[in-house]
Amino acid sequence: MVKVIKYVVYDIIRNRFVIGYTLLLLVMSLSFFGFESDPNKGLLSMLNIILMVVPLVSIIFSTIHFYNSYEFLELLSAQPMSRKTIFFSQYLGVCISLSLAFLFGVGLPTYIFEGSERGFTLISSGLLLTLIFVSIAFFASVFTRDKAKGIGIALGLWFYLCLLYDGLVLSALLTLSDYPMEKASLVFTAFNPTDLARILVLMKLDVSALMGITGAVFQNFFSSKIGISVAFFLLILWIIIPIAWAFKLFNKKDL
Amino acid sequence: MKKLLAILLFTFPSVVFAKTWQVKNIIQLQNTVRIAQKGDIIEVFAGEYLFKDLNIDKSLTIIGKNFPVFDAQFRGEILTITANDVSISGIEFRNVGETSMIDWAAIKVLESERVMIFNNRFNHCYFGIYLSSSNHCSVQNNRVIGIPKEEQTTGNGIHAWKCDSIRIQHNYVEGHRDGIYFEFVTNSIIEHNYSTKNIRYGLHFMFSHRNAYQYNTFAKNGAGVAVMYTKGVLMKYNTFKDNWGGSAFGILLKDISDSEIEHNIFNSNTVGVYMEGCSRLNFKENIFNQNGIALRIQANCDENNIEHNNFLANTFDVATNGNAVFNYLKENYWDKYEGYDLNHDGKGDISYRPVSLFSTLIERMPQAMILLRSFTATLLDKIEKIIPSLTPENLKDENPRMKPNLIQPINA
Repeated sequence: MVKVIKYVVYDIIRNRFVIGYTLLLLVMSLSFFGFESDPNKGLLSMLNIILMVVPLVSIIFSTIHFYNSYEFLELLSAQPMSRKTIFFSQYLGVCISLSLAFLFGVGLPTYIFEGSERGFTLISSGLLLTLIFVSIAFFASVFTRDKAKGIGIALGLWFYLCLLYDGLVLSALLTLSDYPMEKASLVFTAFNPTDLARILVLMKLDVSALMGITGAVFQNFFSSKIGISVAFFLLILWIIIPIAWAFKLFNKKDL
Repeated sequence: MKKLLAILLFTFPSVVFAKTWQVKNIIQLQNTVRIAQKGDIIEVFAGEYLFKDLNIDKSLTIIGKNFPVFDAQFRGEILTITANDVSISGIEFRNVGETSMIDWAAIKVLESERVMIFNNRFNHCYFGIYLSSSNHCSVQNNRVIGIPKEEQTTGNGIHAWKCDSIRIQHNYVEGHRDGIYFEFVTNSIIEHNYSTKNIRYGLHFMFSHRNAYQYNTFAKNGAGVAVMYTKGVLMKYNTFKDNWGGSAFGILLKDISDSEIEHNIFNSNTVGVYMEGCSRLNFKENIFNQNGIALRIQANCDENNIEHNNFLANTFDVATNGNAVFNYLKENYWDKYEGYDLNHDGKGDISYRPVSLFSTLIERMPQAMILLRSFTATLLDKIEKIIPSLTPENLKDENPRMKPNLIQPINA
């Protein structure tokens, strides 16, 4: 398995796309931290990148990579290897290379300019988001054989999770504004990894705003050790569930 | 020379003939207070003095040597002053009990003038210093530290009711209900105090006209600072910081009018300034830094001038609850301003609207706060900036500064 992972990682890293992605992240991070005198504002701009660009690149790249290495998958399947090994070495290969790109492009500058607890929360939630969206991409890819359809599903999921979902939550809150929705809105966030990641970072940045009336509910929840562990646990579930489901489909799939 | 001496003797008889008593235990103290003449000095030596309700009914100067401890063992008050020109210094007061009928205090001053209370320590007292109908008193350099319980069972650190021309300076108050509390106090000066970790307000006053508050710091109080129903307030060079919580404010101004609020710093508060029913206030050269909402102006405020302030790194700059706004924003610096300055006069060419749609939204449904800084929220704000429809049309800064206003730092 390690051999296959190594091969996948080499293959991806040699690919110009990942190098370009790393450079893009690096340039953006450096310019955000360089232009803003206040590292807080730099972190906020970084947050936007992490919530939009990182999921998009992760999900699209992983989907395309999966379809492009379909023949390689078929070849590996002809070898005496279990499907588990094949599938997870592909998955881990993509995860490792994208995580390296993220750590180099965002993690390093963040650590240099704002190596505090806040910076660390930002890096770890960005890393988790990368892994989550790779999982979701694999799930979308095993769903259908058609490459265009697969990319379509992946894009649709990204669109839903990163853009649409908050709008839906907002309209839900508007319609049900006569009811106490504090607890419910906590539950809403659990169903979207980007929301969870955003709130985890915001709890470190915008504490005074979130400490308002509703903020107190979040503050109590997300700043307690239990709250943070629950949030991280949920994010890890968001990695495990799509990839486990994808593997289930892949295992039965007629390649 | 003889003539001069005669004049001196004639002018200051009380000073010259004042006797100095020295006291080493509680019996001596009680006897001395009883037999001492007006103007005498009582020196109290270090030690524990367990007593309660000692009434000072003539002008005495009580000086503690090396902080003698006056302990009421939670059974009552310690000193009650009912005479003019009393001075108390260098004493540690301890363990004043709590009642719901009378406000027991470590030092209670009743209808007396020119009382001076300085360099004392107060530990675990229900009320620390309590001035009632007393004018021209001064309270200086005291450390008042309580152990807070419930709001109903905790007293105020420095409490003044119906006083005129008093001075509260260089005190440190911690762990009371209200750090400094005034009701019907006028023409007074409150300077260089530090009020922190009180369970309700760091400073709380009502109906207290024409007072000056300068160089004070109010930090980490349960609900910040609240001032109400007052006109002619002068607030300068104060720092309001780290007041976090569901209903915490840097300062809450309710029905305050004709007042000056200048050169203050509001740092890391849930709401920096909350204004309700305020008229004709001048807000000048204040710094708002890292607050949740820097300035909250309710729609019932009018004719307030907000100019030359710096708004830096706040989550929301201004919030309001209505569309009718009769306040003036002028030449403030807003770090969120995205305009340009073609003629290089230091002022932006397009006006800045500090109320964002998202903050208006949160006004209506606070639970929408979970969407803070999400794509949806940013999108709504951008659309609103291009076509304003929900945010108040005329609440805007016509000449926002391109660079922060130069504001002198507080040098206390």
